[in-house]
Amino acid sequence: MADFDQELDASGLNCPLPILRAKKTLNGMESGQVLHIIATDPGSVKDFEAFANQTGNELMESKEVGGKFEFLIKKA
Amino acid sequence: MDEKKLAIIATKGSLDWAYPPFILASTAAALGYETEIFFTFYGLQLLKKDLDLQVTPLGNPGMPMPMGMDKWFPVLGLALPGMQGMMTSMMKKKMASKGVAGLAELRELCQEAEVKLIACQMTVDLFELDTAEFIDGIEYAGAARFFEFAGESDICLYI
Repeated sequence: MADFDQELDASGLNCPLPILRAKKTLNGMESGQVLHIIATDPGSVKDFEAFANQTGNELMESKEVGGKFEFLIKKA
Repeated sequence: MDEKKLAIIATKGSLDWAYPPFILASTAAALGYETEIFFTFYGLQLLKKDLDLQVTPLGNPGMPMPMGMDKWFPVLGLALPGMQGMMTSMMKKKMASKGVAGLAELRELCQEAEVKLIACQMTVDLFELDTAEFIDGIEYAGAARFFEFAGESDICLYI
């Protein structure tokens, strides 16, 4: 997995909390910085795709590792 | 990107029905929507500082009941005293164990994200509600105020 600037562990949280926490964390980051998110909500896979499409932040990577979902999002 | 707008009317005051307006509004705000919720009739319960909302299986055949309770307690059994309190407490436990946000937390997230919360003044007068029991940062207005925003909205939901 590529380098990242900040990490957010949203394990155990259900919709829409992973998205809301991610948005909040991104608010405090600089453009071009990368956020690494870990989630356990299976719905978060489609949700982070949709979040990236609608906000312009780039979803660089989305994968499942040992039953957890990991995402890399680059702030627009 | 032009800012999209979401307008919601929240009319219900039970624990289960309190979720959709706050989930959709907070998510929309995170996606960059300008969002307003107009609370009317029983929906005004969602603006109380002390959120003591209940859920009832009565008149709701779609509600999943734990441990086959729907077989043991036919419709009239659901009207027994204490049944509503029990179902409410079970629902809250279930939500907490599944990592579903608490209502107060979701409402706070909405306010942080500048979702506008508008209380229907007519309902406040009708039910003689005490506005001191409501959270701060809400607006009191009528139907015309709702249409001012809803008329420009991209999505408008009645919940």
